[in-house]
Order: sequence, then C-alpha cells, then structure tokens
Amino acid sequence: MKKHLTSSAYLVLVFLFFYIPIAVLIAYSFNEAQYSLLWKGFSLRWYGELFLDTDLWVAVWHSLVLGIMSATIATGIGLLAAVSLYRYRFMGRQLLYGLVFVLILCPDIVMGISLLILFSISKVSLGFVSLLLAHITFCVPFVVITVYGRMVSFDEYIFEAAKDLGANDWIIFRSIILPLLWPAMLAGWLLSFTLSLDDVMISYFVAGPGFEILPLKIYSMVRLGIKPEINALCTVIFVFTLLLVVFSQRLLKKNISHFE
Amino acid sequence: MRTIKIFKGTPMHNGNSFKFFSLSTIWLWLIIFSLIPYALVTLASFLSHDETHLIHLPFSLSHYAELSDPIYIKIFQKSFYLAGLSTLICLVVGYPFAYIIARAKSSFKHLFVLLIIIPFWTSALIRTYSMITILKPKGIVNSLLLWLGVIDKPLPMLFSDTAVVIGLVYNLLPFMILPLLTNIERLDNRLIDAARDLGAGRLTTFRKIIIPLTMPGILSGCILVFLPAMTIFYIPDLLGGSKSILLGNLIQNQFLITQNWPLGSAISIIFMLVLIALLVVYWRSTRKERQDLL
Repeated sequence: MKKHLTSSAYLVLVFLFFYIPIAVLIAYSFNEAQYSLLWKGFSLRWYGELFLDTDLWVAVWHSLVLGIMSATIATGIGLLAAVSLYRYRFMGRQLLYGLVFVLILCPDIVMGISLLILFSISKVSLGFVSLLLAHITFCVPFVVITVYGRMVSFDEYIFEAAKDLGANDWIIFRSIILPLLWPAMLAGWLLSFTLSLDDVMISYFVAGPGFEILPLKIYSMVRLGIKPEINALCTVIFVFTLLLVVFSQRLLKKNISHFE
Repeated sequence: MRTIKIFKGTPMHNGNSFKFFSLSTIWLWLIIFSLIPYALVTLASFLSHDETHLIHLPFSLSHYAELSDPIYIKIFQKSFYLAGLSTLICLVVGYPFAYIIARAKSSFKHLFVLLIIIPFWTSALIRTYSMITILKPKGIVNSLLLWLGVIDKPLPMLFSDTAVVIGLVYNLLPFMILPLLTNIERLDNRLIDAARDLGAGRLTTFRKIIIPLTMPGILSGCILVFLPAMTIFYIPDLLGGSKSILLGNLIQNQFLITQNWPLGSAISIIFMLVLIALLVVYWRSTRKERQDLL
C-alpha cells in the first residue's frame, strides 16, 4: 500500500511539472493586471486586444493555409510511401525505410540549413513556396510511420483475394486500402498539421519577409518580453491543440478496434 | 457479380503502374528535398565565402581548421554538457514515471498516456514561454520560495544555464517517456518472476533483467532527447543569458547573422557525424538484443 502511494505521488508530481506552467499561463491570460503577478480580477481584455491585432490575423491565416496544404500533400506522399513499403519488395526498400527514420531523427536545424542552401542555389525565393516545400518534407516521414504502423495489422489475404478477382493495384488502392486506412490517414494529417503550425526551427531559415507565419510571429513577440496578449494567444493555441489531440487519439483508437 | 464488373470496366493498366507511380513520387521527393540538400551542406562546408557570395569556389578546409579554435571547442563542450545533463535528468525522472504508467491499471492508463501526449503535441515555443512565466524574478517559483521563507530575495533563475536545462527537460521529457513506455509495456513479467524465484533481490532483478530488456527504449529516448537538446536554438535564446550560446545558436548565427555559410555547414557536418556515431551504437545494441531473443 505504501509503495502504491509513493508511485501515485510520483505520477502526480511529474504531471504537475508538465501542467503547472501551462496552467499559470492560462490563468494570467485572464488577469486584468498588465505587469504585476497580483491578481487584479478576471478580464477578457487581452483576448479583445488579440482580436484587434490585424497583423496577427494575417499570420494566423498564412499558417492555416500553409498547415492545411502541407498536411494534405504530405499525407498523399506519405500514404503512397507507406503502401509501397508495405506491399512491395523493391531495390532500395531498406534504404527508403532507413531514410524515413533518419529524417525523423535528423535535427530540425540541419534540415533548415540544408533547405536554405537548396533554395538559395535553385533561386527559389523565400516565402510561401519555400515554406510549403519545407513543411511537406518534414511532415512526410511522420505520415509514413503513422500509416505504416496501421498497415501492419492488415490481413494480407485481402490483397490476394482482390487480385484473384482481377483487381489491379490502382483498384486495390482505391477500393481496399483507402477505405481501411482513412482513420490513420486523418491521424497522420492532424499530426502534420500540428507540426506545421508549431514549427519554428525549420521555418526560421526558409521563411521570407513577405510571408509571416504564426510561430515566427510568436517567437519575435516572445523575444521582446512577456506581454499579457501573448498569454492569451498561447491559451487559444493550447486549447486548439488539445482538441486536435483528443480528436486524433479517438481516431487511432477507433482504428485499432476496427482490426481487433 | 457487381464487383467483378467494376474491375473489368477499368482500363487494364500494367499491374505495376501504381507501384511505379508511388515509388517514383516518394523517391523524387526525398532525393530533391533531402538527399540533395544534405549533399549541398557537405559541399558548402568545403567551400569559401566572401562578402558578395554566400558560398563559392575554391575548395578549402579552412572552416574545419577554424573549428579547432578554443571558442568553438568550448561551445561544443558546453552544448554536450548541457544536453547530456538534460538527457540524464529526463532519463532519471522519466524512467520510473514510464515504469509506473506501464504497469498502471488499464482504465487509468489511457488517461495517463493522453496526459503525456498533450504536452508532446503542444508547441515547444509556447511551453518554453510558459517556463519564463514560472522562472522570472516575480514568477511563481520565486514567490512561493519567498512566501515559504526559504529565500529572502528572488533567485535570478531566468537567463542562466539552469533555466536552459529546466527548459530543455520540460520540453523534451515526453520524448524520453514515450519510447520507454512502449518498451516497458512489452516487458515479459514472467522473466521478472523467474529472476525473483531464483533468488535475485529487487536491485539485482532491476539491474540484470529490467535494465537490459528495456535498453532499446532507454537508448531511443536518450537519442530523441539529446539531439534536439543540442540544437533547439530558441530555448537558450529565450531562457539563457547572453553567454548561453549553444551549438544550435552557433549554427543559426553563422547562417543568418554573420552569413558565414561554409562555417555553419562545417559545424553541422561535425554534429551530424556525432549523430551518426550515436545511431550506429543504437543500431548495434538493438541488433544484439534481437539476437539474444532468438
């Protein structure tokens, strides 16, 4: 019993470490006071100021467009890669598999500078296009492992059966793989979307002055110091992330029970 | 009948055109946006630069030679030290945590795992910012300590190496816990029982059975924490003082401030070599484990 108590206390302690800073941030976003730590009463003032900041809205809009486009394209490419890795034995399969893992492990900063050199040599101007290409690139491996992880639980005979009935690989893809995989695809899409919305490291190198995105905007705001508006902004983003996580976890769970 | 009709109705592609399409898409993408860029970094590290050109011929090894300057060696050392310390703290804090959760009743487990995944998905920048609120002179930690009477004036925690380590641990702990959790969950309880039956004490069982069997999880957790810890430039930038220049900040400066791309590339290449060495160690140790299981 004593051991049980110690374990529970330990869990609580670590979870407090995870959540207290975020909780404090959220609490202060509702505090009327501008500078002091003291509680000067509940207020939505900072949310109101956020709402009026048009520069911020532009950055939010840019980030959403970028996130949706890069997540969608990355899901497409990642899906094709996962299906190929699962279904075919081809030359370089191990290499492809290894490359996907190296890309996940590769520090963002190295990916950032390598793409910066690529874009500068190939004269791609830094802005929306360079950001889109970079975001797709760092999202693809995450889609591959999410989708591939689900495909492993497939019954292989389903493909044999389809082939015996005369289906070619396009039909198998459309009529069998897509319907079975959509929850994993959606989970991969959501992960990519979140990665794209949160990325600072890579975007920092490949962004241009003409196309401001939310994470870089927040970074420059934070560097200037603490302001209650940032608390409010971070709270909004945190709640948004929370909804995405819960939604995608449900999807994955549903996806697993589907195969059990 | 209906399905057969649909299959017949579609034009007969070569059965492998789908395979060709998928494989060429993924390979083209990875070659253009990963392999070529990495090759370019390697190439750039051997080139020269001047005020008008970011990179140009002739080839030179001067940037690697420049790295032997004590200033750079110190930054490498400090980055290794702070990243290593953060990794160690993550391991020591994360291992028991993952162990308890892996063995929790399954009804709670889903909730616990969700509670770790949420910070994992939350923007690291936002979490770093929340740390500033906690650590600043009038922040919650100092206020609490003052109120408790432990200290009589605020501790200057922010803008120090301590703050950087706290920030790194705070951000990267989920990356340690998740692989450990997956690994510990797969642990075969019978092996632990067997060890205990054969007279091994708690400590011996832990040292000789549990640790070796969870080594892949430990190693992947350490890699997932250590590598970003060396390079996340915004954590030292926001939490560290002006002296807290780590590897990530150094590379960032070479590319965006002093515009010395070849030097920045050379630093990255050295760093990548360290990364590759770590991965080889990881790959070897998991291979050994696989063989032991067979």
